[in-house]
Amino acid sequence: MMTRGFLPLLAIVAATGIAALAWETEGFRVVTSAGARQLSIERAPRLLPDVRLVDQDGHAFSLSSYKGRPVLVAFIYTRCPTLCGMLGDDFHGVLQPMNGAGAGAPIDLLSISFDPQNDDREALQLYGDRYGAKAPRWRIATLADGRGLAALKQSFGVVVIPDGLGGFIHNSAVYLVDARGRLARILDPDSPPQLFADALQASTP
Amino acid sequence: MNARLLLVAVIGSWLALWLWPVRIALESDMAVHMTVQLPLLIGIGVLLASGVRPHEPRWLGDADWLGIPGIVAVVLGTSFWMLPRALDGAVADPWMDAAKFLSLPLLVGLPLGLCWRRMPPLGRAFIWANFIPKLGAIGGLYLAAPTRLCTYYRLDQQAAAGWTLIVLAVLLGMLSFIVAFVGWPARGLRQLSPAAPSLRFPRPSVGNP
Repeated sequence: MMTRGFLPLLAIVAATGIAALAWETEGFRVVTSAGARQLSIERAPRLLPDVRLVDQDGHAFSLSSYKGRPVLVAFIYTRCPTLCGMLGDDFHGVLQPMNGAGAGAPIDLLSISFDPQNDDREALQLYGDRYGAKAPRWRIATLADGRGLAALKQSFGVVVIPDGLGGFIHNSAVYLVDARGRLARILDPDSPPQLFADALQASTP
Repeated sequence: MNARLLLVAVIGSWLALWLWPVRIALESDMAVHMTVQLPLLIGIGVLLASGVRPHEPRWLGDADWLGIPGIVAVVLGTSFWMLPRALDGAVADPWMDAAKFLSLPLLVGLPLGLCWRRMPPLGRAFIWANFIPKLGAIGGLYLAAPTRLCTYYRLDQQAAAGWTLIVLAVLLGMLSFIVAFVGWPARGLRQLSPAAPSLRFPRPSVGNP
């Protein structure tokens, strides 16, 4: 025989538990923190700190200098044996069709090294040469004076952890910063190059 | 053991697990986080239940009919902390970690300790039979995933966590097989003599008193 209080208790427990799971998964849509961040950025684009960067040609510029046109951003370190290569290929693929046609909307790409200690101008240049990156269209840059790195990583949601072999493990994504200088989308680096170009196009005012 | 002593020991180990160096050590590796820290926190709740049981209010014992609300809390609570986002959150955000330290003992371990005795033997067997393959399946998923599911753990740690879960599932599966067919190993050995038939569940004398 069902006892008194059984159904109310069961209802409270089940409702609380399911509500907690729904909150955790953003309505049963994501199970990873990366997925959750992707969703929250798309809902509410996020302002970014203005940091001073220096590119592979030794040219200094600030992140806010891109205002007025969208830019695709990726975080790398040049000694990276794996993911950063894929990110390099991604950007190379975005530029490819443009080089052929010679026309189309200008595309701005920015690879930022989160390892300013090791990535000097020469290292940035070597990485850029590997993928045919030419500033200012595709800048390989790092922080000009090493300051602001933590804030920059935090605002993009970049998490860097040592890999135990002297390198780093980091979450890989392609970030779309819109014309107003806000982080507007986080794209999967496995996507076809066309998707990045389309996202950029869609965001061009 | 003295009940008060047990309570002090349980709460002491709860606090010890929260201490910064211990917490960092147990959370720095995904497999350790999942298969050592989380079960320890649940275990603390189960031990707490043994202290709470004599003082459990009557209405709660009544409302937890056949242990159903209790085990539903356990299933939902463990599901919550099994998702990669929760693990990441616990590493990245001290508030999320605090939520884990409170919810696993109080909302999972404690109900588990209280409801388990109220559950019918077949209900318990059902829970085990669901839990063990789920553990193995999650281990397999972690092993097969080509990308990292947690931002704070490396891919090799993820694979190690996958293997750990699979090994755990196999061991628990073997143990539960023996328990289901023979009885608890120690008891089973005694009962292997033909004079004492052993075809019974480990704790047959349960249900609502």
